Amino acid sequence: MASTAVAHGHDDHHTPTGLRRWLFSTNHKDIGTLYLIFAVVAGLIGGAMSMLMRLELQETGTQFITNHHVFNVLVTGHGLIMVFFVIMPAVIGGFGNWFVPLMIGAPDMAFPRMNNISFWLMVPSFSLLLISVFVPGIGSDTGVGTGWTIYTPLSSSVPGVVTHDGPAVDLAILSLHLSGASSILGAINFITTIFNMRAPGMTLHRMPLFAWSILVTAFLLLLSLPVLAGAITMLLTDRNFGTAFFDPAGGGDPILFQHLFWFFGHPEVYIMILPGFGIISHIISTFSRKPVFGYLGMAYAMVAIGVVGFIVWAHHMYTTGLAVDTRAYFTAATMVIAVPTGIKIFSWIATMWGGSIRFTTPMIWAIGFIFLFTVGGVTGVVLANAGIDTALHNTYYVVAHFHYVLSLGAVFSIFAGFYYWFPKMSGRMYSEVLGKIHFWTMFVGVNLLFFPMHFLGLAGMPRRVPDYPDAMADWNRIASFGAYIAGASTIFFLFVVLHAFLAGKRAAANPWGEGADTLEWTLPSPPPFHQFNDLPVIKPTAHH
Amino acid sequence: MGYKLNRATTGLLSVLAGAALAGPALAAQPEPWELNMQPAATPVAEKMHEFHDLLLVIIIAITVLVAALLVYVMFRFRAAKNPNPSKTSHNTLIEVLWTVAPIMILVVIAIPSFRLLYYSDKAADAEMTVNVKGYQWYWAYEYPDSGDFEIESRIAARTEAEAVDGKIRLLSTDNPMVVPVDTVVRVIITSDNVIHSWAVPAFGVQKYANPGHANESWFEVTKTGTYYGMCQQICGSDHGFMPIEVKVVSKAEYADWVKARQAEAGITPETTVASALPAAPAN
Repeated sequence: MASTAVAHGHDDHHTPTGLRRWLFSTNHKDIGTLYLIFAVVAGLIGGAMSMLMRLELQETGTQFITNHHVFNVLVTGHGLIMVFFVIMPAVIGGFGNWFVPLMIGAPDMAFPRMNNISFWLMVPSFSLLLISVFVPGIGSDTGVGTGWTIYTPLSSSVPGVVTHDGPAVDLAILSLHLSGASSILGAINFITTIFNMRAPGMTLHRMPLFAWSILVTAFLLLLSLPVLAGAITMLLTDRNFGTAFFDPAGGGDPILFQHLFWFFGHPEVYIMILPGFGIISHIISTFSRKPVFGYLGMAYAMVAIGVVGFIVWAHHMYTTGLAVDTRAYFTAATMVIAVPTGIKIFSWIATMWGGSIRFTTPMIWAIGFIFLFTVGGVTGVVLANAGIDTALHNTYYVVAHFHYVLSLGAVFSIFAGFYYWFPKMSGRMYSEVLGKIHFWTMFVGVNLLFFPMHFLGLAGMPRRVPDYPDAMADWNRIASFGAYIAGASTIFFLFVVLHAFLAGKRAAANPWGEGADTLEWTLPSPPPFHQFNDLPVIKPTAHH
Repeated sequence: MGYKLNRATTGLLSVLAGAALAGPALAAQPEPWELNMQPAATPVAEKMHEFHDLLLVIIIAITVLVAALLVYVMFRFRAAKNPNPSKTSHNTLIEVLWTVAPIMILVVIAIPSFRLLYYSDKAADAEMTVNVKGYQWYWAYEYPDSGDFEIESRIAARTEAEAVDGKIRLLSTDNPMVVPVDTVVRVIITSDNVIHSWAVPAFGVQKYANPGHANESWFEVTKTGTYYGMCQQICGSDHGFMPIEVKVVSKAEYADWVKARQAEAGITPETTVASALPAAPAN
């Protein structure tokens, strides 16, 4: 590699501009930037949908969504957008593309052109999902109103039953096909890059934890997404070509769809959180000025979470009607995941222990992440038990749980990573004061929003309902107010970024000091269009 | 056999709980500012409450521990107080400790968890059966032991204006399911359209109504009263408007109610069949 780079010399250093640069980009940093912009735009759309839901749920009765199918479309759109078009593009496509090559000392991704198609598949994919909102779903009602799980028969087209007989679900399926293809190509690219393009001396056991997290995530994507693709293709042919994979009337089984969906769906939740684990490790280490505690334990905890994540899927199906022994197995397997997750939480705290901690904006987002992810984690331990999940399945308790690990876990890790790497990516410093205002408003907002949902769930409020019994009005009102605060905080975030671009100071190559010891901080901020023409050599004395 | 003892114990507990509530009839529905589960009305729900109480203690302890450690390190190891960081990055003992301790906690959770799961699964000795069927968007209840009559149960009050005569908005139905108190009732739950979920929180019961499948659950309500639930699986536009209302009455009242329903359906009591026998022809 090194000799090739030298042979081409400076001829490769011209930087394409305009459409050539952004449309035909094969540069991992530009593609990472495109992914981040994409995630922010999609996040504003998905977030606006949640605001509409909270407005409707702020009071009992009907506020403004008179057609309840519209509410179901919002529920579905919010879920699919946040999972496939916000969190995944941000952590994998965005930060993964930007920082995996930088951290492992590679000039770019292994397959730069494939990287381009990975991103550009996302645009038609998202377009298809947005178009689906405006084409007939059930009868003349437009959009997909199935929830993000698209359980059949509701998502199928069954004569004589109120199901999705319009083309909206077909568009959503094709959207997921494209997004899945994009992720599979991306996963192949990351695995190849990490296995083959690490700088000399960077063994797997010296590789930064963010690269480890993306490696594990890429394997989860590669193994789980084809299962989703198979399931939704079968649904597509059930809907359009008279097959009956999931139709009991033709010898099929709707529960088969649930198994296939969750065989993908459970690894998917780790796909969303594992890169966050990697990001948090670097931030905690940097601002404690200490190496990560228990590096190998941290890396293999992620591997363990990835492996076990494939054999726990039916804990999403405890009330479906599975045999009691099956439920007992899935209870036991699910609880096992708490062990590697606990190792990570305690290792982060141990990293801070004895450190010299600076409370910069990324650091307070990271500390917030540790606490809120713990809250979401322990309610996960409750839900792991099939015996108690009987009462809690499909209630707001579940909604509270997965928003604590995703909306407060994954999203906090995204903001932490954004502030941590923003100086590197843009060459500008953000305002610490504004960043901290963003953190505290978001922290208060999301906790007011999601904590009361535990109480609502315990009291029996089902998820995906546009109205609720009058006794549940108080906690719902508080949740809605929390949502407005979180929404305002998100708008404020756009202002923080704008302010940084317009008024931010120039960032040094390493603005964070000696704690930031990964390779991206050895490059200027922003890094040159092509980096590591002379590959860095990692010495065996690296402290990992 | 330990299970018989448990039933006796929880029976005693529920008597005590009943005394504390000082009311013979229980109307289980969510209350304003509710923080916890609805009052338990069956032995299964009692056990769920006990198990949830245990879990709550454990998860609060873990959360408080993590929060306390975070606050401590943030205070003790802030840059102003600790300018020179240590370089410690390994400690085998503590790493083993924080791997083994969570395993022990999980074992403490797993034992009562499995007992609850197996106890709640199926009724060993059901005294009667009700077939529950989910429709878009209402429930139907079929009584195969009493001549197979069927009642349809639809939402009674969608709006404030309709919530009169003791009807509760979004929870009351026009025609509740009726079952006798202190009787082990088996429910067979199915659907012939999309998936619904039949759930009564106070009973600790929830099962999907799947087309093409018959799911089984059970309950034995120990207090007369009216209990409410809602469909818990998205099933179309009126998913939020197909409540479950179960009226639990004395055995004598139940017998009268059955006679009245049989008369309506034109069933003479002689045709009453056990649920094991083939169902009576449709009326």
